[in-house]
Amino acid sequence: MPILLEKRQLVTPGDLIAEGEYIAGENTFSEKGKIYAARVGIVEYETKKIDVVALKAFYVPRTGDIVIGTIIEVGFNGWTVDINSPYIALLRASDVLSRPFKPQKDDLPQVLDAGDLVVAKVVSYDRTHDPQLTVAEPGLGKITRGQIIKITPTKIPRVIGRKGSMISMIKQETGCNIILGLNGVVLITGKTLDDEQLATRALLKIEQESHTSGLTDRITQMLKEEKAKKEENKK
Amino acid sequence: MNDKPEKLIDKKGLRLDGRKPEDLRPVKLEVGVIPNADGSAYVEHGKNKILAAVYGPREVHPKHLSLQDRTVLKCRYHMAPFSVQERKSPAPSRREVELSKMIKESLEPAVFLEYYPRTMVDVFVEVLQADGGTRCASITAAALALADSGIPMRDLVVACAAGKVDDTIVLDLMDTEDKLGAADVPVALMPNLNAITLLQMDGILTHEEFESAVNMAMEGCRKIYAIQKEALKTKYVSISEENKEEAEE
Repeated sequence: MPILLEKRQLVTPGDLIAEGEYIAGENTFSEKGKIYAARVGIVEYETKKIDVVALKAFYVPRTGDIVIGTIIEVGFNGWTVDINSPYIALLRASDVLSRPFKPQKDDLPQVLDAGDLVVAKVVSYDRTHDPQLTVAEPGLGKITRGQIIKITPTKIPRVIGRKGSMISMIKQETGCNIILGLNGVVLITGKTLDDEQLATRALLKIEQESHTSGLTDRITQMLKEEKAKKEENKK
Repeated sequence: MNDKPEKLIDKKGLRLDGRKPEDLRPVKLEVGVIPNADGSAYVEHGKNKILAAVYGPREVHPKHLSLQDRTVLKCRYHMAPFSVQERKSPAPSRREVELSKMIKESLEPAVFLEYYPRTMVDVFVEVLQADGGTRCASITAAALALADSGIPMRDLVVACAAGKVDDTIVLDLMDTEDKLGAADVPVALMPNLNAITLLQMDGILTHEEFESAVNMAMEGCRKIYAIQKEALKTKYVSISEENKEEAEE
């Protein structure tokens, strides 16, 4: 039974990818023994499982994901957080304060107010309930400095690269610390604004060209060139 | 403009705009024209000019409209006041409300609504210039915008009309033909699954005429589908080609 399309081929919804005993992976569906694409994307497969890597999609929460969100509302005993997804997330006050929440004593807007950004982890989510977040772990909590950029959530794996090759290269070349929210929001904190802007440019380039080959090399080259230019300017 | 042409099809068998009965009007499709929307498309189908924009999935407002097991798909078809000869009132007319519902129902079978319960997807269709067959062009554009927004779909949806003009079955009626002709049969099709999601008829046709009109419309749909697919791919292919050129330099 054949796979009808080659690897890395661009498909649109409804395109027939394979016929026969294959497993429909991400962004695909099977009907009457045939596998079709469900999103615009690029075909990838390993032996039996066929995936389509979507070129554009939105973030669907999963338990354990690290996300970056914006507080949109202060409630009675917690906050509602926009995590760039179809669903609004909840963050409980007792979780942030790491002790029982006392409405008489604690003033929630002083801890986190609307517009504040947080790095958080999804602790629970399913079809019937909105996602719940936690910040009670090292590395999580309110963001105080840095730059925020948004990229398509499906492209986060490309930014990470194979075994983190892309992201560690960018971190090294720019000297910035980068936190990738799986919801497509990225926090960049560097020593200078220039460093941060350089990292931002690299990330946006990855987003635009994620479906092309030889990207890591091109990004490395771009970063090196930019750095060389800066050195010259200093002299 | 007010003169009624005596014949809609001349002696040579050509129509008012010089097309043969089985010809489509020129179709141009473009994807991603509205940066603020999650997905968008623009279609030029003959003299029709239509914009479609998709927002979502997002939280449902007002909340009581949300469904526990599926996404709510909302459609709004609207004609701009300047889209037709005589100024059209911008308030939604009976016809527009009906077409909104019709577009929604012809798109619903193609979208995996059950994937994201308690959310809503908004589809806005704005007709900038109308010249017959806007419902079909709207469906084509709206389906393209949905695919562009990254909502999982079973298939794209394409629509095209066929009808009867001066006792001849013709494809893709324009405004005059629609108004003076005998019948109009719009068809929306999911080409890969070979399923019809919309079938209407306005006018009188015999069984045989109806059948040949539907077949002709489906044939037209497949032609537009090729353009639709191309438009969707072009958005991404152009980026990779730019890189190739860069690499060669």
